Amino acid sequence: MEALKFNQSVGFMKNSMKFGTVSLILVLASWVLLATKGFNFGIDFAGGTLIQVQYDTKAPVQKVRDVLNQTEQFKGANVTYFGNEKEIIIKIKTVSTTVGDDVGDNIKKAIATTGNFEIRRVDMVGPKVGDELKEKGVMSMFLAILGILFYVSFRFEWRFALASVLALVHDISITIGALVLLQIEINLDILAAILTLLGYSLNDTIIVFDRIREGLQSVKSSKLEDVIDDSVTRTLSRTTLTSLTTFFVVLVLYLFGGEIINGFSFTLLVGLTVGTYSSIFVASPMLLWFKFSVVDYRTKQVQREKREREKDKMRAQFEQGVL
Amino acid sequence: MLNYRIILFAFAFIFGIIFSIPSITQSDSGKKITLGLDLQGGLHMLLGVKSEEAIKSYTKSVAATIKYVLDDEEIIYDALSVQEETIAFEILDEDEITKTKTLLKKELQGVVLSNNGSNFTATLTPEQILKTQQDAINQAVETIRNRLDQFGLAEPTVAKQGEDKILVEIPGIKTAADEQRIRELIARTARLEMMAVDEERIARVNVMSEAQAKKYGDVILKDVYNEEEKYLLREIPILDGSMLSDATVGFDENNQPVINFVLNAQGGKIFGDFSGKSVGKRMAVVLDDKVYSAPVIRERIGGGRGQISGNFQVSEAHDVAIALRSGALLAPVYTLEKRSVGPSLGADSIKASSIALAMGFVVVALFMIFYYGMAGVIANIALVANLFLILAVMALFGATLTLPGMAGIVLTVGMAVDANVIINERIRELLNEGHSIAKSIESGYANAFSAIWDGNITTLIAATVLYGYGTGAIKGFALTISVGILASMLTAILGTHGIYHSILPKIKKEKIKFWFGIKGKGK
Repeated sequence: MEALKFNQSVGFMKNSMKFGTVSLILVLASWVLLATKGFNFGIDFAGGTLIQVQYDTKAPVQKVRDVLNQTEQFKGANVTYFGNEKEIIIKIKTVSTTVGDDVGDNIKKAIATTGNFEIRRVDMVGPKVGDELKEKGVMSMFLAILGILFYVSFRFEWRFALASVLALVHDISITIGALVLLQIEINLDILAAILTLLGYSLNDTIIVFDRIREGLQSVKSSKLEDVIDDSVTRTLSRTTLTSLTTFFVVLVLYLFGGEIINGFSFTLLVGLTVGTYSSIFVASPMLLWFKFSVVDYRTKQVQREKREREKDKMRAQFEQGVL
Repeated sequence: MLNYRIILFAFAFIFGIIFSIPSITQSDSGKKITLGLDLQGGLHMLLGVKSEEAIKSYTKSVAATIKYVLDDEEIIYDALSVQEETIAFEILDEDEITKTKTLLKKELQGVVLSNNGSNFTATLTPEQILKTQQDAINQAVETIRNRLDQFGLAEPTVAKQGEDKILVEIPGIKTAADEQRIRELIARTARLEMMAVDEERIARVNVMSEAQAKKYGDVILKDVYNEEEKYLLREIPILDGSMLSDATVGFDENNQPVINFVLNAQGGKIFGDFSGKSVGKRMAVVLDDKVYSAPVIRERIGGGRGQISGNFQVSEAHDVAIALRSGALLAPVYTLEKRSVGPSLGADSIKASSIALAMGFVVVALFMIFYYGMAGVIANIALVANLFLILAVMALFGATLTLPGMAGIVLTVGMAVDANVIINERIRELLNEGHSIAKSIESGYANAFSAIWDGNITTLIAATVLYGYGTGAIKGFALTISVGILASMLTAILGTHGIYHSILPKIKKEKIKFWFGIKGKGK
C-alpha cells in the first residue's frame, strides 16, 4: 500500500507564513497560559499524600468526602474516581514525618466505616523532596536541550541546527500548553514524557532536514523554496509514517496501559502530533527566514570539493615522488 | 546465503531468546529481571535522620560517664546538669579539682573540659559533633538493615543516600498491616534505659513542671499504659541499651509475653553496683521514654539480667526484642518520601502494561505487513528479536523493570520499526525511480542511515539525562528505552539488511508488490 505519494512538489512554502502564524500564536498562547494559570503540580513536585483505595463495590465517593471533612486532619481532601468506579484517589496536601503511624494509616482509620476496601497505593512526598525534584527536573530539561543542541550543531549547518532546536522548543511549548490548559497533574512521569519528546521530536525534523541537505545538491532550482518543497514532499509519507507507528503504540498505552500511566501517554500523544506537524510545516520555513542561501551553500560545497581534489592530487604526486 | 550481518543477527536473536527465557518463564535458575516495587508491590522510603537527637544523647552519655567516674572515686559534686552540648557541675571539695581534671581527661573523648575554680564545664568539640552526626546516619543504616534482616524479609535494600538520607526498599510485602508493622520496626528508637526514681521528690510529681524537674536533674516520664501516672526519674540513666548483649521473647507466670534481656559485663557490673547501693528504692525500666515498670529493688541484682513486661502482643514483643538486639537508633528517623504499592495493584499494573505491549506489538506488526508486504514481515522479525534482546540484556545486568520501564518497552516497539519505515520508504523511492532491486536495497540502507542515526542519538541523549536525573521508577524508563534503541540499531538496521542479503536472489521484480507493497517499475 502507498499513501501520501505525490508526483509533483506540494507548495508548502507558499503557505509558510500561515503555518508560521498559527504556530507562533499557539506557542505564545501556551506561554501565556503557563505564566497565568501555571502548572498543576502533583505530589511528586508539590509534596503531599496520595492514597489509592479500591472498594468491593462502587466506591462511596461522597461518603468518603463527608467522613474526611469531619476530621480535623483531612478536611478538604480531594477525592476522585480513578479509572473505574470501584477505585478512588484521595489527595491531601499534608504529609507526616512519623515513620510508624503515618497519614496513610490515619486515613485508613478515618474511612474505616465507608465500606470494604483495600489500600492499594500510598505515595507521600515531603516538601523538601518535592522541591529537590523540581530543581533537578528543570536542570535535566536544560541539560537535555543543551546536549541535543550540541549534537545537532555538530551534525548540521548552524541554521539547520537552530531551526531544529526552535522546532523543538515549539513542540515542547505547545505540549506544555496543552498540559496547563487541561490542568493535567505534573508528576515525574510527565517530566519523563517531556524529556522523551525532547529526544524524539527531532526525529521527524531530522528526516526532513536530511533530505533537504540531499536536495541542495540534486534539485535543479537554486531557489530554497523549491528545494524545500521538493524535499518535504518526498519525505511526506516517511515523516508521517515514522511517527505513526510510535503514535499507535502510545495510543494503545493510553487506552490500555492502566490509569497510572495515562498522563505519561497523553503527553506523548500531544507531543508526537505537534512534533510531526512542526517537522512538515514549521521547521523548514525557518531556514528561509534565517536567510539560508542555496547558491552560497553550493559555492562553498564546490570549493570544498575542489580543495579535496587538490589535496588528493598533491597526495598522489607526493606518493609518486614527483613533489 | 550467509553474510556477516545475518550471522550477527542470528547470534543476537539466539542470545536474546536464551537469556530472556528465565525472566519470561520465571524459572528459579538463571539470571532474571528484577521487578520494580511498583510492579511486584512493596515499600520505598526515603528517611531523614534527626542527628541533633544523637548529639543530645551523646552529651547525656558523657554526663553519665562523668557521674560514674566521680561516684567511683567518691568525689563529691553537685548541680550536674546538661544544657545543649554542654555539661556543668561543681566539685564541693576544692582539693580534688586537679584529681578530677586528670581523671576526666583520661576518660572523656571529644570533649573540651574547662573549669573556673570548682565549677566545671564539659563541651563537645565541633569535630565530635560532626562525627556524632555521621555516626548516627551510618549507625541508622546498619541498624535498620539488621532489624529487617532479623525480621526475615526477602531482599531489603537499606542504603545511605546523599549526605544525610537513608533509602529503604522492601519488596514483597503482602498486606497493609504487615507494611505498617515493618515501618514501626524501622522507626522504633528502641532506647532502653534503667533510671533511678527520685524518691525524695516523686510525691510532688503531679504538681511539678518539666522545667522544675530539670532543675533538680530529673525528668518526668509517663507510664506506658496509663498516661495519668507519672514518674520523676533521675535524668542521667544508670545504664542504657548499649550495654545490652541479648534480648529474647519469653513468658511470665501469667503466660503474658515479656522481653528478657541480658547485659554485657560492664552493664552487669554497673547494674549490680547500683542495685546493691539502692536496696528499698525503685528503679524504672524505660523504653523510648515510656516507663514500663518501676519495681522496688529488694537485693543486689547480679548476673545482669532483666525483664521488660507490659501488655505486649506476641508480635509486638517479637519486634521489640529484634529492635533491642539490633541496638537503639542513635537518632530517630523521619519520613521524607514514602511510596508503597500493594501486591494486587502491582499485579494489575503488570497485566495492563503487558496487554498494552501485546496490543501495541500486534497493531504495529499488522500495519507493517499491510503497508509494506514482506518488507514489513522482515521488519517484524527484527522487532521480535529486539524485544528478546531488551529482556536478555536487562536480565544479564540484573536491571529492574518498573511500570514506566514497561512503557519504555512499548514505546520501543514503535520507535524500532521507525527505522524500518525510513529504510523501506527509501527503498521504495529508489524502486520507483527505476533502480534495480539490489541497488535500491543497498542505497536505501545507505541513504536512510544518517537520519536513523541522528534520531536515535538525540533520543539517547535525552534518555541518558533522564537516567542521571534518576528517581526510582523513572530510571527504569530511561533504561529500557536506551537498551531498546541500542538493540534496534542491531536488529532493525543490521539485522534486516542481513535478511535482505540472504534472500536477495529470491526477490523477483515481478513480485515487487508482494515484497515491498508497491507497483513499482524495478528492473
